[in-house]
This record gives sequence, structure tokens and C-alpha cells, in this order.
Amino acid sequence: MTFSSDKPNMIEFRDVHKYYGDYHALRGINATIKAGEFFSLLGPSGCGKTTLLRTIAGFEDISSGAVLIDSKVMDGVPANQRPTNMVFQSYAIFPHLSVEQNVGFGLRRDPRSAADKAKAVAEALEMVGLKGYGKRAAHALSGGQRQRVALARALILKPKVLLLDEPLSALDKKMREQMQMELIKLQRQVGITFILVTHDQEEALVMSDRIAVMFEGQIAQLADPETLYRRPNSRKVADFIGTMNFLPAQILSEGSSCEIEAQGFGRMTIGADQVMGATSGEGMSIGCRPETLTILFDGQTATDRESMATVEEVVYYGDMTYYDVKLDGAQTAMRLSMRNVPGRPVLDIGTRARVGWSPGAMVLFR
Amino acid sequence: MNKSPSLRAYAIAYLIFLYAPIALLPLFAFNDSKVIAFPLQGFTTNWFAEMWADQQLFNAFGNSLTIAVSASILSTTLGIFAARASTRYTFPGKAGILGLIMLPMVLPEMIVSMALLVVLMAIGVPLSLFTIILGHVLICTPFAVAILTSAFQSLDRSLEEAAYDLGETPASTFRLIILPLVMPGIISSLLICFTISLDEFIISYFLGGNQTVLSVYIFGQFRFPAKVPAVMALGFVLVCLSICLLTIAEYFRRRGIARSGGKDTGGFL
Repeated sequence: MTFSSDKPNMIEFRDVHKYYGDYHALRGINATIKAGEFFSLLGPSGCGKTTLLRTIAGFEDISSGAVLIDSKVMDGVPANQRPTNMVFQSYAIFPHLSVEQNVGFGLRRDPRSAADKAKAVAEALEMVGLKGYGKRAAHALSGGQRQRVALARALILKPKVLLLDEPLSALDKKMREQMQMELIKLQRQVGITFILVTHDQEEALVMSDRIAVMFEGQIAQLADPETLYRRPNSRKVADFIGTMNFLPAQILSEGSSCEIEAQGFGRMTIGADQVMGATSGEGMSIGCRPETLTILFDGQTATDRESMATVEEVVYYGDMTYYDVKLDGAQTAMRLSMRNVPGRPVLDIGTRARVGWSPGAMVLFR
Repeated sequence: MNKSPSLRAYAIAYLIFLYAPIALLPLFAFNDSKVIAFPLQGFTTNWFAEMWADQQLFNAFGNSLTIAVSASILSTTLGIFAARASTRYTFPGKAGILGLIMLPMVLPEMIVSMALLVVLMAIGVPLSLFTIILGHVLICTPFAVAILTSAFQSLDRSLEEAAYDLGETPASTFRLIILPLVMPGIISSLLICFTISLDEFIISYFLGGNQTVLSVYIFGQFRFPAKVPAVMALGFVLVCLSICLLTIAEYFRRRGIARSGGKDTGGFL
């Protein structure tokens, strides 16, 4: 899941600001997206992720700063002259045209012969799995098919960058998961830089090489999915991506490693890379993911540390069981997830249990 | 469901009141008598022949057509600009400006025509078909704006952006995407404005000068009892024309909905 950073820059944001009247929608965006990367802009609605995407497409002017595509400043370059194509949230399939007219729309100014263009359209349709659908009326297509037409229509122009504005949000869960896989494959196949806007953290984690998490017009963290998940740089990011448990903690001593004391867990030593943001002795909190905690059954020993806890809630999900456990000495319960294995019992509420954990999986936040 | 008989009777009486007078037109148009009264005297097509031979009527009809075609094209064109502006752009005073555009719809025509007459006289514009066209554009434009605004509003903005994104200019986007998609609205607007202009009496009467249009001519003919059956025949022809126009308008409206895959939420028919 690592992305080689020796690729050339495809998109550069240099201190991009955008105002709508008094509203400060983008507040100093600085980021670089590499050629061939699958990049996601992730954030809650209203965080500016779509606005940022639209500044690449040329649909939004920026108030200050610069957007560069392939090392060229895009200031004053209109949308129809940028080397980008977009898949819209509503797909924006032209309802009065057939599937092949939609897909071939961007080739209108192409000097190639009609036969060559028809061939290109057929190839594009085949690539997205719509071979033989060319003559159909666009409005008669299902949501998933529209999605594919929109993709083919954008990709047929061989853009340097493909922009995807929440392209999967209108699809049902099964279709969405299928399309996620297809998009990943398609991106590897065509090698074009994909920039995806989404509010679905799972979608971003599954699909992206790197993710920029945005809050209130700023990039809160830009990292690969694993780093983002394991080492979120703030409580806010940790909260937005997956589930994270928080317990109050304080720093006892700082250095290349830190001695800390956390409620319920007690004293432990963690690496300096696990401490996020400015530190202060008091008022910090420690975070851990549900799957980094395990319930130790009879005969099992902790790989690292263990603490006693009481089961407060049990949620059975078939493949997984979620437990809310309260460590002895802790004020609040923590969510813990266990893979269900044949022969292993599902614990009842009120059961006393040993919980195994590891200091290496902890993150300390300001 | 238990339907109240009195409600049913009311509904039937209402429909008779609405349509019975129109149903009388064909009856007397083919009735072989100069007197408009029952019982019917027998079948004749003489009145159509008389109508056909009436040079003044053709003149008035020609004037009406010229006016209706010009007024509907002009007001629809103005309506396209206004609808586009109101659905795409924000500008200071937008609500007020749109309100003023729509105002003639509810303003008594009498006031509009009197005011126009006074102004035209004051600046010395001679009354002619052109002045009638001006008046008709004034009262038709609000209808055109209303119809076209709803057509432009139902247009997904990302369709435009998509065309633009795929390399088209704003002008070619308008021609290739927006125009075809709002075409049903444009046709409806043309037809409605045409009908309004053709029907219109007061402005045509006030601003016509020595030029007579169909509505004014028909009204004038009622002074001569002998001419009334021919007017009935003319009325019948106009009813048939109206039904044709409405059918065409409805056809385009439904086709527009089918094309864009929308849901039919009721129309004229």
C-alpha cells in the first residue's frame, strides 16, 4: 500500500484560499499529488473537499494561491482547456443522447475519422463493461450503468487527471463495493491520476494510495491509509476514520520514548512517534483501535500486556463480536472487536475478562 | 369509495357550463338558418363558404397571425434570457427585477393598454400592427418566463459543467446540451404566447389604429345578425386549431419528459 514518491508531481496546491463572500471555504491548502496516484479527499460534508476538487477542474476560481497541473499554473485556464475530466456525483449523463453519443461527446473536436472515433467509443465502453450498450438511450440505464458511462465518457479523452466527485454515493452497498474494486483495477490499468472526493472513510481507505483528510477548509492530515488509520495526527482525524477509544492520560517523562500513565491501562512506555501534537503533562488522551484490544480466553496469554475488565455490552455481528469493556480503574468503557472463531463462546454482559493490549498500538493526543 | 351524489351533480353541471357553449359552435356553424336558435334547420356548409369569401376576415386573420407569430417569438426569446438569468446567476435586485417582469400577468390589460396608448401618442408613434406586437410582447413575456424558468430549473447544472469539462465552449454547450433539453419548454412557450396573442382583444382594439385583428373583427361582426352564422363557422375552425395546437404542445411536453427520464407531474391535458 505504499506509493513510490519518485513519481513526478501531477497536482500542486500552493496556499490555496477560497472565499464565498465572507465564508472562508478553503483555508490555505498545500498539497502535492503524484502522477498515477489514486488520491482521495476525505471529510465531512461542508469541509471544502468538493470545492477543492472543482478548483482542479476549473469550475471554481481560487481567491489566492495557485493550482498547478503537470507543473503548469492553471490560473485563468478555463475548464474546457484543462487536462482533467470529471465524473460528477449525479453522473451528468446527457439524457437526450444515446450511450455512445454520451461517451463520444468529448471527441467532437477530435480530428480523427468517424470510424476511428467509433472504435474509440467501443473500446471505452468495453473497458467499463458496457460492451454492446452503445445504442441504448441514456435515460434508460440503471445507476451503476450510468456510472460506467460517465467513467467511459471521461476516460475516452485520456486526461492527465480523472476527478471523481462522490461517484459511488448514489449506489447501494453491494454495487458500491463492486464499483470500488472495478475503479481500483481501472486506475491500475489506465495509469491515470485519480482524485476521489468522498465522505466515506472506508471507501477512501480501500481505494486510495494516499488520503487527505479535510476539516473546515483545511487539510488535517495527508497520509497513506495505513498511517492514517494507525497514526492519526489528531483526535478529530482519529474520530473520523474508523472507531477509536479514548481514555484520559498524562505524560510522566518525555524523550526518545515517553513514559505515560493512562486511566485503566496504568503506566506504559510509548515511542515519540506515537505522540501527536504539542504535548503537555496533563489533559491528554490515549487512543486505541477496537481490534488492538483482545479478550484473553482461558489458557491464552497476552502477547504484551493485560488488564482486568468487565463486559458492559455485547453486539454480535456474525463474523465479529463487538464488546464494550470497562477496564478496572477506567471511567468509560471501550469498544473491542473480536473475530468469531468456532468453539469460542460469546461472553455475556457482566462477565469479568482479561483484556490483552499493546503499548505499540496506542496513540497519545493533545 | 362512497361518492356524494350532490358532488357528482355539481361536477357535471360545472363541465356543462364550461363546455356547452363551445359545443354550440359546430352545431350552428353547420345549421341551415341565419337565426341562431333551436330547433336546428338542417345541414349546410354555406357558412364556411361565406367565411372563406370574406376578404376582410382574411385580412384580419393575416394581421392576427403576423402579430401572434412575432409576439410569441419575441416574448419567448426574451423569456429565454430572463429564465436563464434567473436560474443561473445571482445579481443585486434579482427578486425585484423578476417581480417586475412577472407583473403584467396580474395587471389588468385595460391599464396596460391605456398606459401604452398614452405613451405611444405622447412620443408620436403611429398606431399599427407593430404597436399591437409591442403590447402583446408585454403581456406574453411573463407567461414565457414562467414556462421557461421551470424548464431551465429542471436542468441539472452538472450537465452544463460536464459538456464544458469535455471541451465544449459555453456557446456550444448551450447549443448542444441546454437548448435541446429546454426545447419542449421553448415550444410550449411559443404555443402559449401564440394563443394568448391570438385571443387578445383589449390591446389589439386600443393599439390597432386602423388595422383590425381577428378578435376585434369577430366582435364587430356580431352587430350584423346575418353575419353571425359565418362567425360561428370561424369559431369552429378556431376551436379545431386550438385543439391541434394544444395536442402538439402536450406531445412535446411529454416527449421532453420521456427523453429526460423524468416523472410526469401533470400538464395541460
